[in-house]
Amino acid sequence: MSTTVILFTILSIGAIASGISLVTRRNPVSAAMSLIVHFFMLAGLYLTLQAQFVAIIQILVYAGAIMVLVIFVIMLLNLGKEENLTEKFSMRTTLALALGGLFVVQFLTAFLGKKTGMNALPEKSMSIGTTEGIGNVLFTQYLFPFEAISLLLLAAIVGSILLAKRKHEAS
Amino acid sequence: MEQDFLLSAPITFLSIMATILMVVDALIKKSSKITFTLSWLTLGITGVLAAWTLKHNGTAFNGMITVGSFGAFFDILFCMGALLTLIAARPYMQRENLEHDEFHSLILFAVSGMMIMAHANSLLILFIGIEIMSVCFYILSGYMRSSVRSVEASLKYFLLGAFATGFLVYGMALIYGATGSFDYNQIFMAAQHELRFPSLMMIGIGLLLIGLSFKAAAFPFHQWAPDVYQGAPTVVTAFMSTAGKIAAFSAFMPIVAIVSPADTEMKIQIILAIISAATMLVGNISALTQTNIKRMLAYSSVAHAGYLMMGLVAISAHHARGVSGILYYLSAYLFMQLGAFVIVSILERSGEKNLEIEDYAGLSKRHPVLAALMTIFMLSLAGIPPFAGFFGKYYLFTAAIESGYTWLTIIAVISSIISVYFYIGLIVKMYFTEPNESGESTQQLPGIASITLAVSAVAVVFLGLMPAGLLDVIKLLFGN
Repeated sequence: MSTTVILFTILSIGAIASGISLVTRRNPVSAAMSLIVHFFMLAGLYLTLQAQFVAIIQILVYAGAIMVLVIFVIMLLNLGKEENLTEKFSMRTTLALALGGLFVVQFLTAFLGKKTGMNALPEKSMSIGTTEGIGNVLFTQYLFPFEAISLLLLAAIVGSILLAKRKHEAS
Repeated sequence: MEQDFLLSAPITFLSIMATILMVVDALIKKSSKITFTLSWLTLGITGVLAAWTLKHNGTAFNGMITVGSFGAFFDILFCMGALLTLIAARPYMQRENLEHDEFHSLILFAVSGMMIMAHANSLLILFIGIEIMSVCFYILSGYMRSSVRSVEASLKYFLLGAFATGFLVYGMALIYGATGSFDYNQIFMAAQHELRFPSLMMIGIGLLLIGLSFKAAAFPFHQWAPDVYQGAPTVVTAFMSTAGKIAAFSAFMPIVAIVSPADTEMKIQIILAIISAATMLVGNISALTQTNIKRMLAYSSVAHAGYLMMGLVAISAHHARGVSGILYYLSAYLFMQLGAFVIVSILERSGEKNLEIEDYAGLSKRHPVLAALMTIFMLSLAGIPPFAGFFGKYYLFTAAIESGYTWLTIIAVISSIISVYFYIGLIVKMYFTEPNESGESTQQLPGIASITLAVSAVAVVFLGLMPAGLLDVIKLLFGN
């Protein structure tokens, strides 16, 4: 077995285990912690696929920024006793299970019969995921959209501050 | 690369200045005068830069945007619209006691979004442009934060706009799937050959049409327009309903042109024709029953989107008259609609007073000049010669007839006749009815907004009397 396969096995088992622990934890904070572990496992999987940039972004954006948001929401909502909540969600759980099952079936039908096992990555895709590869495309071919997006974000930031700030006293 | 920067100067200059303006605004206290001066200078210079690139025709930044001709023509229209809005906004904002702070930079950001839309040569760029413009509009329509209606307009526009964006992105993704490219030229090339997934392409085009129809406020995606136009501050409405609509059509035209080769069974053409007919009928008939002047003008702007879509039908039938017809009509529409809304903004009193059509009774006695100008704009919007609106309609109607859509033209004529009722109704109200007993005696002067009115009125009359000037420019640039 090559190192890639060993790494893949470890990381995917870790990802699935943390995913299961995410949905089974009663305490929302420990569920959120499992989610962080899950994100790290996924980042590791991306690394085995030669996608360094996506892996780093996965940790920075998801495990970092988004998780802070999730924790904040948990804190602000102040959910209280978990046991009281579980009863109400029984209908939803059934629906979620059914949809999840459907998803698994879809995946199985899509991949069954296809050749399994890991193929060597094609030469061209080796450079796509690297920071160098992305930077190269971003600042040459996609320079204009890249700059334009920054304008969009700037306008959105200014606007949200404007809408949220306190009303000026009559000037 | 230097050539790229040089020829895309209008966009880059305006975007950089908008950012600088924001910083100036943050650093200097009581900066409204400085930012106002800076922003009109910026818009003026951008207009000149655009006029300078007008003769060029090519792409820049690896084919991401087009430079010159088509985009530059629209740049000039956007700058003109924004400039007239900024001038009219100054007395309005002072009266309504709104802070100017970010208003100027937001307007400039919106203009840069529109320019990116008009220059787009790739679906990716188009999407970014549409979003920049829309985000600025969502914020601007909620600019009167103390007014419930304004906040409601902003929220409504934001939610529906986000929904429409979903359609737009999905359509783009499907077109990418069908043709393998975001680039307009490559989509055009791919559409000429047998596609591997023609149904994917058709669904993609359909979703794209829905998204763009929303931005242009065409039936059945026009529902947001009256509420948003009514709730937003009137000067913002003036800007949204003119420059915003022009931007939507600047994006619509190339899209229709590039997907038309895939339209072998004329499905898209028929759909566009039906949307066009329905839009003008619904817009004009709904306008008949309105009592609020902003709502009436909002429905009338919906109807005008219908007329403009006749030009799109002609474009999809490969008729060059469609392009020149739309360009001429948009130029005329900019001035007449903007002028009408600016008059409304001058007569409006804080707390959303003086906005009913009833309040315009006897206006000719209180404000003879404003009443006369309003008459010019109304007659032009109704399409009565010798004003610009008449020639605009005339070119679009002939374009539709020459593309074989006589039935569409008949519907357009009928709905124009319907529209005369409420446009002339307002004139009758202003001139032939007695003012209300509660008519205000203290009148405020329009201030520098009169510059906007003068420019708009002169443009409407000039374009109407001498349409050949602008048409020659258009012909020079785009051939026929």
